[in-house]
Amino acid sequence: MTLRDYLDRIEPQFQEGGRFEKFYAVYEAVDTILYTPGQVTAGASHVRDAVDLKRIMTTVWLCAWVPMFAGMYFVGAQALGAMDAMGVESLAGWRGWVVEVLAGYDPASLWHCLVYGAVFFIPIYVVTFAVGAFWEITFATVRGHEINEGFFVTSILFALTMPATIPLWQVALGISFGIVIGKEIFGGTGKNFLNPALTGRAFLYFAYPAQSSGDSVWTAVDGFSGATPLGIAAAEGIAGVTASGIEWMDAFIGNIQGTVGGTSTVACMIGLALLLITKVASYRIVVGVILGMVGMSTLFNWIGSDTNPMFSMPWYWHFVLGGFAFGLTYMATEPVSAAMTNTGKWIYGALIGVLTVVIRVVNPAFPEGIMLAILFTNLLAPLIDWGVVRANVRRRVARGGL
Amino acid sequence: MASAAETKEALFGPVFNNNPIGLQILGICSALAVTTQMSVALVMCIALTSVTAFSNLFISMIRNVIPSSIRIIVQMTIIASLVIIVDQILGAVAYEISKQLTVFVGLIITNCIVMGRAEAFAMQNPPGISFIDGVGNGLGYSAVLMAVAFIRELFGSGSLFGYQVLALANDGGWYHPVGMLLLPPSAFFIIGLLIWALRVWKTEQVEEPDYEIGGHTALTKPA
Repeated sequence: MTLRDYLDRIEPQFQEGGRFEKFYAVYEAVDTILYTPGQVTAGASHVRDAVDLKRIMTTVWLCAWVPMFAGMYFVGAQALGAMDAMGVESLAGWRGWVVEVLAGYDPASLWHCLVYGAVFFIPIYVVTFAVGAFWEITFATVRGHEINEGFFVTSILFALTMPATIPLWQVALGISFGIVIGKEIFGGTGKNFLNPALTGRAFLYFAYPAQSSGDSVWTAVDGFSGATPLGIAAAEGIAGVTASGIEWMDAFIGNIQGTVGGTSTVACMIGLALLLITKVASYRIVVGVILGMVGMSTLFNWIGSDTNPMFSMPWYWHFVLGGFAFGLTYMATEPVSAAMTNTGKWIYGALIGVLTVVIRVVNPAFPEGIMLAILFTNLLAPLIDWGVVRANVRRRVARGGL
Repeated sequence: MASAAETKEALFGPVFNNNPIGLQILGICSALAVTTQMSVALVMCIALTSVTAFSNLFISMIRNVIPSSIRIIVQMTIIASLVIIVDQILGAVAYEISKQLTVFVGLIITNCIVMGRAEAFAMQNPPGISFIDGVGNGLGYSAVLMAVAFIRELFGSGSLFGYQVLALANDGGWYHPVGMLLLPPSAFFIIGLLIWALRVWKTEQVEEPDYEIGGHTALTKPA
């Protein structure tokens, strides 16, 4: 008996009147993960395409694996390097046990670094996935809608925006807030006007600034203390960053402190290339964000400031520090919360780029700006679209001479 | 005098069935501002309840002699006088808390609940029941305010009425306070969630949706 037969055999129990009627959403999710959905268009619709929501979401999910593996490696490399420098012999607790069984503490070994990073990242991802899935299934069951693959994307992106040292209970709280307040109360996937992963991240940012604002300890070694490069830049400028031994190339490749997914610009660029080739991400948004960022940072360079070293940070440093590349690739391009019209996408992207630099440079409280910039612009997306549509209507009315 | 049933409705109706914050969405501003500590919120509740009750009483007493064209001005004069009295009393007996309430006692003048009850109830009803209606709406406001303050103070600073309940991690305890709850926007989330809970319980308060999203326009059939 094949799996398909088995699924077909148990299906009546989940249909209306069946024994497990309430859990239809769970059955549907399992079925459509394993097989193509059974519904096909029969009427006279214009567009017939092999791409559906499931493929789009799965593509983004797979593309997020690039920064995930890069991130695990660099978390390990940073931590093992720090252990070497501090003379720490081993990692305490179950994590140390796993590292010792599978690998060791050699900072030069790719495998050792990867395993070390994995023992920190995988628990974060597992907690995100389990807690998020609980809320997703709860709402799907109560409201009678389907469980959506969008959750795969939300969970991995949320986990990748975490620093490796975050306590797991904070991860659980953050993803709960993101899924429930950011998405489900508005009706689920497709009706959320904010990016759910970023909503959860923003909650943690404001609720527990000590662990997640990035101005102190993010390397996964006990007793290590040091700001992230962006934190250093906010205090001492680029001169401070290079003085601490970080060259532009380190930041580009990702061998710096930071969130798991956000450190490696080159990994994010590989993911971005894949998303652009598959046309899942809109190139208009991506180019818009980069143009906005370059323009605004050049303007700040030109204005200059004696008291704020961030004014003189050049655009190519903005590009590689903090979560800019990650936010650009995976957060700004999220289609649900972005602008829908083509002109609107340019404006939407540019606004994210501009706001990111403004928050990074002018705001003294937060070193990083891309998260808040994307959330603010999410709020403006419907307004941007409305403006674009109105402008088009006005133009056509004028042309018709009505 | 009104019947017992009417009195009960005027007094307890606004607590859950017709809550000024939960159903009418009035008076939100002060609910955001004064709810980080329960003690401050409690004083605010008492102040607002007494102003609403007495403004209803006095406006109702003279309702038949107020010229309709200038009634808002007359109502404002009465409400403003009461607020000044409350402000002075607070400054005399609870100086520290009145400092923490800052301008929000003065802003009771513009609180929509006070104006709303004066205009909608006291202008049409006799003094006794108007007074009770004012107390009832004050209770409804207080119920929400105290619930919000309870959540914000307990989880935001680990204390209740200033008394430490959860031992903070900074002082060697186990509890990490949620910093966001001390910021005003958190009250929006909490009030929103309370309204959600209230409407799950009392489904008749759920509003009609502005529009329904239609189904698929193309017909679908199983493969």
